[in-house]
Amino acid sequence: MARIAILSYIKRESFVHELTGRAKLVFFLAWSVASMVTYDTRVLVCMLLFSFVIFKVSRIRVKDISFVLGLAAVFLLMNNLFVYLFSPEYGVGLYQSRTVLFTIAGPYTVTLQQLFYHLNMTMKVVCVVPVALLFIACTDPSEFASSLASIGVSYRIGYSVSLALRYIPDIQREYHNISQAQQARGIDLSGKDKLFTRMKNSVAILLPLVLSSLNRIETVSNAMELRGFGRNRKRTWYNLRKMQKNDWIVTALAIAILAVDLIVTFWDGSRYYNPFLSGPF
Amino acid sequence: MATPIISFQDYGFQYMAQAKPTLYNINLDIYPGEKVLIAGTSGSGKSTIGNCINGLIPFAYPGQKTGKLLVGGREPDKSSIFEMSHTVGTVLQDTDGQFIGLTVGEDIAFALENNCVPQDEMKEIVDRVAKLVDIDHHLQYAPHELSGGQKQRVSLAGVMVEDVKALLFDEPLANLDPAAGRTTIELIDTVHEQTGAAVIIIEHRLEDVLWRRMDRIVLMDEGRIIADVPVAKLLTGGELPAHGIREPLYLTALRYAGVEIDEQMHPEHVEKLLLTEEQKEKVRGWYRARETDRAREDRGQELLRVEHLDFGYSPETLTLQDVNFTVHRGEMVSIVGRNGAGKSTLAKLICGFERPLSGGIYMEGRNLSGDTIKERAAFIGYVMQNPNQMISKPMIWDEVELALVQSGMPKEERKARVEETLRICGLYPFRNWPVSALSFGQKKRVTIASILVQRPQIIILDEPTAGQDYRHYTEIMDFLKELNGQGYTILMITHDMHLMLEYTPRAIVFSEGRMLADTTAAKVLNDPELVRAANLKETSLYTLSLACGIDEPQKFTERFIAYEKEEGR
Repeated sequence: MARIAILSYIKRESFVHELTGRAKLVFFLAWSVASMVTYDTRVLVCMLLFSFVIFKVSRIRVKDISFVLGLAAVFLLMNNLFVYLFSPEYGVGLYQSRTVLFTIAGPYTVTLQQLFYHLNMTMKVVCVVPVALLFIACTDPSEFASSLASIGVSYRIGYSVSLALRYIPDIQREYHNISQAQQARGIDLSGKDKLFTRMKNSVAILLPLVLSSLNRIETVSNAMELRGFGRNRKRTWYNLRKMQKNDWIVTALAIAILAVDLIVTFWDGSRYYNPFLSGPF
Repeated sequence: MATPIISFQDYGFQYMAQAKPTLYNINLDIYPGEKVLIAGTSGSGKSTIGNCINGLIPFAYPGQKTGKLLVGGREPDKSSIFEMSHTVGTVLQDTDGQFIGLTVGEDIAFALENNCVPQDEMKEIVDRVAKLVDIDHHLQYAPHELSGGQKQRVSLAGVMVEDVKALLFDEPLANLDPAAGRTTIELIDTVHEQTGAAVIIIEHRLEDVLWRRMDRIVLMDEGRIIADVPVAKLLTGGELPAHGIREPLYLTALRYAGVEIDEQMHPEHVEKLLLTEEQKEKVRGWYRARETDRAREDRGQELLRVEHLDFGYSPETLTLQDVNFTVHRGEMVSIVGRNGAGKSTLAKLICGFERPLSGGIYMEGRNLSGDTIKERAAFIGYVMQNPNQMISKPMIWDEVELALVQSGMPKEERKARVEETLRICGLYPFRNWPVSALSFGQKKRVTIASILVQRPQIIILDEPTAGQDYRHYTEIMDFLKELNGQGYTILMITHDMHLMLEYTPRAIVFSEGRMLADTTAAKVLNDPELVRAANLKETSLYTLSLACGIDEPQKFTERFIAYEKEEGR
């Protein structure tokens, strides 16, 4: 069967892989908060460089995750486009100065400030994406549930995540099989038919898929209850690894990054670093 | 006398959504360390008994009970499903669905995790239990890397980590190929010896379960216990077929030969069977008298030809290698082999779901390589194993008509065609019914009808009888036989040996992507080497004929089947 895996665990040997899920989760959360909060260009540049270093260390190659990267790029582009369309002068208000480069049409003037704002916005996303992807690609799915539980999330929620990971490939396989059998009855799902027909046709696959998934859910929940899931408020984990020296270092580093980020960002009372303050260029 | 671990006392049960009770007046005691087989058709109430024992009733399936049930001295409805799971460990039928963990180790540990067992202790227990069921070298494996038999070992280990007093198996053989099924029965036996837990097996494949000793058999029909006796005693009576359960083949053969079956001859297992010289002579006599071998039917014209077919996702790892065979018009052929041998892949290639790396598939001499799935569907029909995966319309008529609507056939013509097809399939009286009102066997008919309506020349069925009891099995297979009689060519993927023997004169055997044999079904099962290589299982008829000193076991099997057909069973 053709692999449809788009984003999944990629088993390699690297420093990042060896860290416990918990350390990686803490780092990922701290990193995300840090980059969400700040618009400080200096901080962002540092984080951006650092995220490239982490990426290198993880031994995950760009081509492993090229599809998701492409998707992220498209979203980023659209985001930028819409921000500009709806408020082309946002940067001007933000940085309290206006340096016109050229005019496109009507109110759409390209200013240096607006470009600078877009640069920051883009860098924020570019900082987070590699780290987020690495968290998924380098964390053994077995460790997801236990690491969520270890930072205080209810194990039931953690386990739902884990179960989804367990059954998604099965359901994909089933979808594939059902759709092949339906195609053999003349139900065409390729681009040849009209959109409406295609939508109607996809119901022919979804109905059996939903019914069989409901069946599956019944089996799984029975199997889980029969083995005592949900009996206690806590549970232990077969796959939870003990925190090693490196895990503590990474956890500490994550907190330090967040702290430095907050201090530098809010030092001058604003989330924005403003290079235009010293006067117009 | 010891106190029973499970005790039904005048017990009855009715599911909430049902109009009638499923169980009536059940009186059944199961003692510690006993091995009990609960047999019955689907709908006989045997699975409901299982659900009562493990606590799914009333916690997952509420309903109304009468009488009393004690499991480990407690009443399930006054306890909790968690408490019950300490006493009874359940291995469900669906080896895939009950695999909860992402790896083998995690899945075995699941119950321990829920009991907050510390990690060190947990790893120790998992290692010990994994060794017991011989899966200790696969602890890091994900479910899709395991075979059905291996998954079942994991499920078994998963319930054994708790010191349960009873192990309950719900149709453990349903999803396994013959050899894996045999190993499972052996494994259950080993576990029984080592743990001393009571073992309850719910299954309708009697002969396969009896591969190892069982203390007792409880026969169920229509919600009542028909018999609760030692296995040997039930087998002498010959009342099994009347309740929809197939008697072991060797016993049927003995009856045909006029041998009286009594408890002293150990009828529960073909290899322990004690036959007197006189009885053996009777079998030989019957064998000689049946010497009316039919002449081989002439083969029709060539219909489907597969030539030098190779397939794989990369040229280094081939899933199918150099497959060659020809199917003639009007044939009924079995494709057999262990799970993962490449049988389903072959079907997918023929239907055009996948493209071969090299080689060709020809229909009446025409190369199909340029045809799309849809084009091939006009002459090749494919019926999936599970009808629920195919049915996409709520009403029977619409479901059967679907392919014709898609092809743009005019309404009048469609109506005539659907009516005719429904008549062929015996579904005409139900034409305006919703699909949901049908039994599994009838749904299967609907899916076959929905394929047949396209008037394909060849129909490929994936495991047409998987998980069906003898009654439904016979119903489905007789129907297919009838279709075959009307000129449809039928290819069946199966690992049911009875099916292959009884219904298909010819079998193609696969193992690890290669075609091992293309010969008569009886020959396949009487060739020990072929049987081993393809993970099949010789029939008990083979064993019986050898025991009686018949030197051509293959002919014995063939004559047995011919005789059964004449007798109309």
